[in-house]
Amino acid sequence: GDAMTKDGTMNRGVLSAIFNPEDLNALEWARQITVRHGGTVTVITMGPPKAANILRDSLWRGADKVVLLTDRRFAGADTLATSVVLQKAIEKLGRFDLVLAGRQAIDGDTAQVGPQTAEKLGIPQITYAESVLDIADGRITAQRALDSGSEIVRCTLPCLLTVVGSANTPRPPSVRRQIARKLAATPGEYAALRKQWPEFETDDALDEYLGAHDLRIPVWTADDIGASPDRIGLAGSPTQVHKVNFVVLESTESKTVEPNPEAIAAMVAELVHEYIVG
Amino acid sequence: MTARKSIWVHIEQTDGRIADVSLELVGKARDLASQLGYEVVGFLCGHGVEALGWDVIRHGADHVLLADHPELAEYRTLPYARVAITEARKRQPEIFLVGGTPNGRDFAPRVASALRCGLTADCTDLQIGNYHAKREDKTYENLLYQIRPAFGGNLVATIVNPNTRPQMATVREGVMRMPVADAMRTGAVEPVTPEFEPADFALEILSRQVRHSTVKLKDAPVIVSGGAGISDADEFALLRELANLLGGEVGGSRAAVDAGMIGRAFQVGQTGTTVRPRLYIAAGISGAIQHRAGMDQSSKIIAINTDPNAPMFQIAHYRIVGDAREVLPMIIKAVRERSMDQREAE
Ligand SMILES: Cc1cc2nc3c(=O)[nH]c(=O)nc-3n(C[C@H](O)[C@H](O)[C@H](O)COP(=O)(O)OP(=O)(O)OC[C@H]3O[C@@H](n4cnc5c(N)ncnc54)[C@H](O)[C@@H]3O)c2cc1C
Ligand SMILES: Nc1ncnc2c1ncn2[C@@H]1O[C@H](COP(=O)(O)O)[C@@H](O)[C@H]1O
Repeated sequence: GDAMTKDGTMNRGVLSAIFNPEDLNALEWARQITVRHGGTVTVITMGPPKAANILRDSLWRGADKVVLLTDRRFAGADTLATSVVLQKAIEKLGRFDLVLAGRQAIDGDTAQVGPQTAEKLGIPQITYAESVLDIADGRITAQRALDSGSEIVRCTLPCLLTVVGSANTPRPPSVRRQIARKLAATPGEYAALRKQWPEFETDDALDEYLGAHDLRIPVWTADDIGASPDRIGLAGSPTQVHKVNFVVLESTESKTVEPNPEAIAAMVAELVHEYIVG
Repeated sequence: MTARKSIWVHIEQTDGRIADVSLELVGKARDLASQLGYEVVGFLCGHGVEALGWDVIRHGADHVLLADHPELAEYRTLPYARVAITEARKRQPEIFLVGGTPNGRDFAPRVASALRCGLTADCTDLQIGNYHAKREDKTYENLLYQIRPAFGGNLVATIVNPNTRPQMATVREGVMRMPVADAMRTGAVEPVTPEFEPADFALEILSRQVRHSTVKLKDAPVIVSGGAGISDADEFALLRELANLLGGEVGGSRAAVDAGMIGRAFQVGQTGTTVRPRLYIAAGISGAIQHRAGMDQSSKIIAINTDPNAPMFQIAHYRIVGDAREVLPMIIKAVRERSMDQREAE
């Protein structure tokens, strides 16, 4: 399949679902914070069914709980429609103190989903967070990057942070957790899993086993989170793609310069002559 | 108050200094407004910044909305967004442009979310045009075309927001040209009174360290940039040596920045800085559309690449198929000898 659909939105289904790099930084921080201050880490992602891979990876990296938000009606979402789904899912999870997101996703670099989700949740935001200095008395102190410099801010909880890549070095998945939670699966994956583990004769048997061992990856749809269809997916996206053009490179008048000292000296002489340099 | 349709520009200021990108956007807004018969409105928050309002007018705005308040002395998301959201609801701008700085990219999505309007990040061009929505079989006239490279390959997407207002977009510094200030230009600076809520002050700034960077990549006459084809710091030092000899600056592709070869402030491209130097040397840079968007207006381009099919060669004026590790020293030597010859001639 093509990564670009006919209506110009991205067909994430065909892209290999990768862990967005700065989301790994966000997860690393979440873990460090819960180690120091207690609490649990829940990872949510809105994406195609195969985004379950990222959630398994999150479990191996130390998430306590994961939820996959998947529904055909989520498809074609721009950042605003994405933030509606994330807001509804976060509210369904219940009480929270901190929401961590990557600064930006490498596919579009928009850096919009974090602040839009914060606005939808009605909580303050600290974007471009470079380090967390302190969490105490219901407030977080963090350093955030500016255009030229940085600032230290203190904010009441709950609050949303977007994390830059330089914030920390994400640790790899732990082998112990990988073994313990290897089987974690969404119901959509049961059939495939049962081929590997024929001892589970029915989906129900597998489901019961996974449930008992905390390995069930819940899947929430638009109905589960109570998102109204006109606010999500393509329908809920105010941005529309008018057209996508292939860039035709107009070839400039160009000279091929051989990689030898004489040819290069001649090029430099020409640039000096034309007052480009010197 | 006028009932004319308007284009707003968020005027970002730090310590009484307006960000270049804001004035560049005022210039672009002026062009778009002239096509549409709209007015250009500068949206300015701060404390003791009235004089800046006049500067915005001199750069092409008709009108400045000035929220001058002690709580707005420094940028904070919630107080700034509160004023913008309140005023935008009241005055219904058609278009709202914001500079793609960290604070601009903190502010714009917050505002767009509250107004439930579309927002496109890092546009490389803005135009006005019509849009035919197939689903509704309806044509919308005079929309803002928000143009930016699309994901994957040599594609640019034109994005529109047919049904929501304002049409919002962020643009990085250097993409639009700085307009020439006109000291005779007149306009109105209209004060607005912010009405905050206690929750707007959830965040306080404890300290701020601003390094007004002395280098402006944008202004350098010569830029020598390296990419993933530059394998180590020693080789990168060659770029720096050449840049120094030519009185220029060093830049990099995102791959070079991600590899830690050079600071993020020196990234050239869609999500870095847009530059138009007299000479741009691209060493070990393939020429992805996002990189080209930031440098293809350079007067002369030299591309050095081992791959003869690298896209960068198609926009280069001088094509050197070769290993940067060997070619860069040759250029350095030729430039050195040239300046020696000149000295002898004098
Ligand atoms: C939303 C978005 C925004 C982006 N914004 C930017 C941006 O602002 N700026 C930017 O640069 N990129 C940006 N990118 C990334 C961009 O798409 C490319 O991935 C990036 O520009 C590639 O960098 P590069 O050319 O250095 O690396 P590569 O594409 O890996 O190219 C390396 C080149 O070096 C050549 N080479 C290898 N060895 C040698 C040698 N010894 N001597 C000479 N040549 C050699 C190779 O042939 C190759 O052409 C963005 C991407 C996205 C999705
Ligand atoms: N579909 C999604 N599901 C979960 N989180 C997301 C999703 N899209 C974006 N985000 C979060 O928002 C951040 C910024 O994304 P973006 O605005 O697309 O650059 C990412 O790093 C993620 O943390």
